[in-house]
Amino acid sequence: MSIAQPVVGVLALQGDVREHLVALAECDVLARPVRRPEELAEVDGLVLPGGESTTMSRLLDTFELLEPLRARLKDGLPAYGSCAGMILLADRAIDARADQHQLCALDVVVRRNAFGRQVDSFEAVLDLAGVEDGPVHAVFIRAPWVESVGDNVEVLARVPESPIAGEAAGRIVAVRQGPVLATAFHPELTGDARVHRLFVETVRAA
Amino acid sequence: MSKGLTVTSPGTTSTTADGVTPVTGTAQVKRGMAEMLKGGVIMDVVNAEQAKIAEDAGAVAVMALERVPADIRAQGGVSRMSDPDMIDGIIEAVSIPVMAKARIGHFVEAQVLQSLGVDYIDESEVLTPADYANHIDKWQFTVPFVCGATNLGEALRRITEGAAMIRSKGEAGTGDVSNATTHMRKIRAELRRLQTMSPDELYVAAKELQAPYELVREVAEAGKLPVVLFTAGGIATPADAAMMMQLGAEGVFVGSGIFKSGDPAKRAEAIVKATTFHDDPDVIAKVSRGLGEAMVGINVDEIPEPHRLAERGW
Repeated sequence: MSIAQPVVGVLALQGDVREHLVALAECDVLARPVRRPEELAEVDGLVLPGGESTTMSRLLDTFELLEPLRARLKDGLPAYGSCAGMILLADRAIDARADQHQLCALDVVVRRNAFGRQVDSFEAVLDLAGVEDGPVHAVFIRAPWVESVGDNVEVLARVPESPIAGEAAGRIVAVRQGPVLATAFHPELTGDARVHRLFVETVRAA
Repeated sequence: MSKGLTVTSPGTTSTTADGVTPVTGTAQVKRGMAEMLKGGVIMDVVNAEQAKIAEDAGAVAVMALERVPADIRAQGGVSRMSDPDMIDGIIEAVSIPVMAKARIGHFVEAQVLQSLGVDYIDESEVLTPADYANHIDKWQFTVPFVCGATNLGEALRRITEGAAMIRSKGEAGTGDVSNATTHMRKIRAELRRLQTMSPDELYVAAKELQAPYELVREVAEAGKLPVVLFTAGGIATPADAAMMMQLGAEGVFVGSGIFKSGDPAKRAEAIVKATTFHDDPDVIAKVSRGLGEAMVGINVDEIPEPHRLAERGW
C-alpha cells in the first residue's frame, strides 16, 4: 500500500524544526510539527531534528512522548534523525548523560560530539548511497559519528579519506535500518532536499 | 581536544574551497550551530554546580561568567572575561555547549576563549566595554559569536562584523522584561518595514540603518535576519520566556533570573517547558505554579541612563 500524500511530522520540542519542515514541504508531503502524543498518533513518518539531544531527551519524557514514540517506532514508524535525532534513535550513545533516553530504533552505537567541540565543526562533500545526482554537501555541527553497527544496518556514508581528516577519516555518518534513516550531518541546512526525498520514499512505501 | 579535522579557514563562506577538502569555521557551521539551539533556553552560570543544574533542567547551552548581571550591577567595578579555570571547570562538568562572554572590542579575551574551546562567544554589553569605537572583527575566528542588539541596524552591523547569532539586549540583571519587549518589537517592526519597501527605497534604508546595502536587501527579501534571533535581558518567569517566543524570538537567554530566584532548579525547568510550549497557556499556567520567589528585580526606569547596559554597543 502506498500513501498518496503522507503526513510527516517533525519532532518540535527543540532544534532546527523549521528547516526540516521547509525541506519536507519540497517533497510533496503534509509536513507538521509534533509536540503532543495526539499529534504523534496522526503522522505516517517522523523526523527528529538537529538540536541538543540532552534537552530533547528530557522533554520527550516530560511531555509524555517517550513511550508513545518508542511504541510507534517498534510498530515500524518510518523515522529520520539528523545529528541529535540520530543520537536519540540509536540503541546506545557514548559520551551522553547516563540518564539520556534512547529510542532504540537503530542497532548502532553512536559517539556524541565525536568530532570535538564547536571549533571542530566542519563542512565536507560526501557520497551518500541511495542519493543520486552527485555527492551531498554535509554540514557537521558538534556532530556524532556511528562507532559500530549491527548486522541489519546499512552504512550509507562515511567521512571521506583525506590527509587532514585524522581520526575522523572513514567514520560512519549515515545509516539505514529498515524504515529508519539517520545522518550525523544536517542536510536541512543546505537547501538540498535529496536526503528528505530518500526518507519520504520510505514513508510512501510503508 | 580536537579528534577530527585540523584545517581551519575562518571567515570563509559556506563551501569547501576545492569542493573536496573538509573545512571548519565557515559561516555555515557558525550560523548552523545557533540553528541547533532554537526553541531552547541558554542559562547564565557561575560555577560547575550551577551548570549541572542548568543541564539537568534541559538548558540547550550554558553561559559561563564570573558574576551574573544582577551582581555586576550591585557590586559595580570593571567586569571582565571569566577565569579560564572556572570556564574549564564548566566545560568539564556538562556535555551541552558552553558559551562565555568577552568584553565588547576585546579581541584578545576572544582569542583566549577560543583557545579554551568554548562553543560560542558572547561579545557582551554586560561586561565593561574594552573599546568604545570598534567591536571585535569576528570573521577572524573559528568559534562563532553572538552579539546583542537593540534595533535592526545594530543587529545588521554585528552580522557584518561576523556575528553568527543575534540576541535582543533587554536590560540585563534587572528581572524587568520591558526592555526586552521593546527591543524585540523594534527589531520585528523594522524587519516588517523593510519588507514593504520598494527596491529603490532600500538604498536609503541601508543608509539609515548604517548597514551594508547587500545585507539590507537580503534581509528585506527574506523577511528575517540571516542568523538566529534570541532574546535576552530581564527574563525571570516562564511567562516572560513564552512572551518573548510569541513576539518572535527563536529562543531565550536567562541570566540572573534563575540563580537569583528561590528555587533555581525548578524555575529553570519551568522556563524550559514554557519556551517549548510558548503558545499553550495551559502548559505555561501549569509550570508557573509553586516556583517560589522570583528574583527581586529592579525597574529599568529607576536605573539612571548612564548605568543602563543596553546603551553599550553601537
